[in-house]
Amino acid sequence: MQGANRYDQPSAGHFGEHGGRYVAETLIHALDELGDLYDAAKRDPEFRLELQRDLEHFVGRPTPLYFAERLTQELGGAQIYLKREDLNHTGAHKVNNTVGQALLAKRMGKPRIIAETGAGQHGVATATVAARLGLACRVYMGAEDVKRQSLNVYRMKLLGAEVVPVLSGSRTLKDALNEAMRDWVTNVDSTHYIIGTVAGPHPYPTMVRDFQSVIGLEARAQCLQALGRLPDVLVACVGGGSNAIGLFYPFIDDAEVRLVGVEAAGLGLETGRHAAPLNAGRVGVLHGNRTYLMEDDDGQIIETHSISAGLDYPGVGPEHAHLKDIGRAEYDAVTDDEAMEGFRLLNRCEGILPALESSHAIAWVMKHAADLGSDQTVVINLSGRGDKDILTVAELDGIDL
Amino acid sequence: MNRLDSRLAEIRRADRKALVTFITAGDPTPDITVPALHALVRGGADVLELGIPFSDPEAEGPSIQAASERGLAGGMTLRKVLELVSAFRKQDRHTPVVLMGYFNSILAMGCERFAVAAAASGVDGLIMVNLPPEESAPLKGPLDEHGIRMIFLVAPTTTEPRARMIIESASGFIYYVSLKGTTGAGNLDASAVGDKLRWLRGLTPLPLLVGFGIKNGADARAVSRFSDGVVVGSALVDTMARQSADPEAIPQALIEQVREIRRALDQPSA
Repeated sequence: MQGANRYDQPSAGHFGEHGGRYVAETLIHALDELGDLYDAAKRDPEFRLELQRDLEHFVGRPTPLYFAERLTQELGGAQIYLKREDLNHTGAHKVNNTVGQALLAKRMGKPRIIAETGAGQHGVATATVAARLGLACRVYMGAEDVKRQSLNVYRMKLLGAEVVPVLSGSRTLKDALNEAMRDWVTNVDSTHYIIGTVAGPHPYPTMVRDFQSVIGLEARAQCLQALGRLPDVLVACVGGGSNAIGLFYPFIDDAEVRLVGVEAAGLGLETGRHAAPLNAGRVGVLHGNRTYLMEDDDGQIIETHSISAGLDYPGVGPEHAHLKDIGRAEYDAVTDDEAMEGFRLLNRCEGILPALESSHAIAWVMKHAADLGSDQTVVINLSGRGDKDILTVAELDGIDL
Repeated sequence: MNRLDSRLAEIRRADRKALVTFITAGDPTPDITVPALHALVRGGADVLELGIPFSDPEAEGPSIQAASERGLAGGMTLRKVLELVSAFRKQDRHTPVVLMGYFNSILAMGCERFAVAAAASGVDGLIMVNLPPEESAPLKGPLDEHGIRMIFLVAPTTTEPRARMIIESASGFIYYVSLKGTTGAGNLDASAVGDKLRWLRGLTPLPLLVGFGIKNGADARAVSRFSDGVVVGSALVDTMARQSADPEAIPQALIEQVREIRRALDQPSA
């Protein structure tokens, strides 16, 4: 759960000037309690064993590191490996975190779980662990996302969760987060809020990163075993950034490993219709942390656009903001159209249906593999599978299912 | 001396209870805000709290969320909020004005620039819902320098060591959040508030004002038995929303509503 390194953290919960705890006073005590409990749990061998058991037997870890031979040939450059988070139970990396946080909720004796969700993957992963532990579960989801992710909405309901469509603001993920915060502040004694990404007030960015680090820890060991050395480049999509930080974090001290986060350029960075705060945003405070945001001159959060609901968020985890500032990771962006090309290519040449989120990482590699050269090894985090996106893609193709 | 400090001291000397009223700037339209502020004073408000509309007001209940959305739809910005305060000050040089909002609005302008502009407009205090003392240094420094009070909140969940730390940084008054929930919630418990206020009294000489969920004269009176005053927000905002088809009628409706609360607060105790 923890790597060896820690780069400069001025104080707990801060990543350079980013992170922190910008929340209503009512929540501070719950955050303190959660932070203390988490610190104790991660040192407790029993908790670690329990988590490891769940990851192995319930989630299905370790996930394979798969050599994408035909994709490598097709792109004619770097050797491409896929970290198969799409093979996890529930179909994405999100469950790595929800399994861990559900165990914490159980330790706190809190009978009720809430979560926000965009694409619905985190909502499904939360509803899943709540069902398994017999906890009440309510998921907030922007009304717009409820429409475009109807399959996941139904899945959550089958799992016994209550899905609440959020009608305020822009009716997307950011508004779902606001509504979840409002629920939490009201029911803070009985309720644990499972934030789905590496954003939010401390301790969430650190805690979620630790739970997701299993991705990078496995990938690192798998690379050493398969290649006898570390990979040259790691590539992952970045919305809030939990799958990316999960892959990157165990490699942070390996200066020779290039870390590439890929944001959603939507219709193009130049159009303003995108979700790429690291590429085209500025520093502000939202949802409990200081980080790069998409905002106007008055500090109002502006509407984002991405073909992928899971990347359609105006902020990004504070640790990514810091990794950008110090130059340890680089952040690029690919458009909706490029992501669609990545989506189609992986289907055709590897027989793998990727999530539209993960397709952004594939698209980046499509653009850069040839330049990298065949002596370079790239690991793409295939963060989720794309079943949930079939209706969206079919609609683009003009097909009515 | 800061208008807020002197007004609260005056009220304490007179053995009265402070009535703080909240509305959102630009709600339902920008031109109603200044007349509405004057109406609140005429009805008996001692301190005016003016909301800075923000796109993501995560601590607000439905009433103030909607007010924020109406304000933004009408083109309200922080700069315009300050212009409204300046306009109000042309006719009222004495009633303290406290702005309430979210830190991103201030950050976008810059803490130093905000402090200068706010002082010039006649702002006396600032409540930042999502800025606890630990993160407040970059803003509190400039505010102190320009004589604007940074007001911190204490919640039902605040522990004693934390309350002491908040009080160290506090100025103006302590805003005690009456309940676990968002603004305008319906679960106010006056006797629980009483216990907490007695405890806080032992920790600070600062005035203790209570807000969240206080809807009318009866609520205000119940809570003011233990506090130095109350903050009423959502109930006034609801009135404005109801009158939004006929904004001309808003000032009079506010005067009447505030008078009712004022009367209840001023009633001699039995």
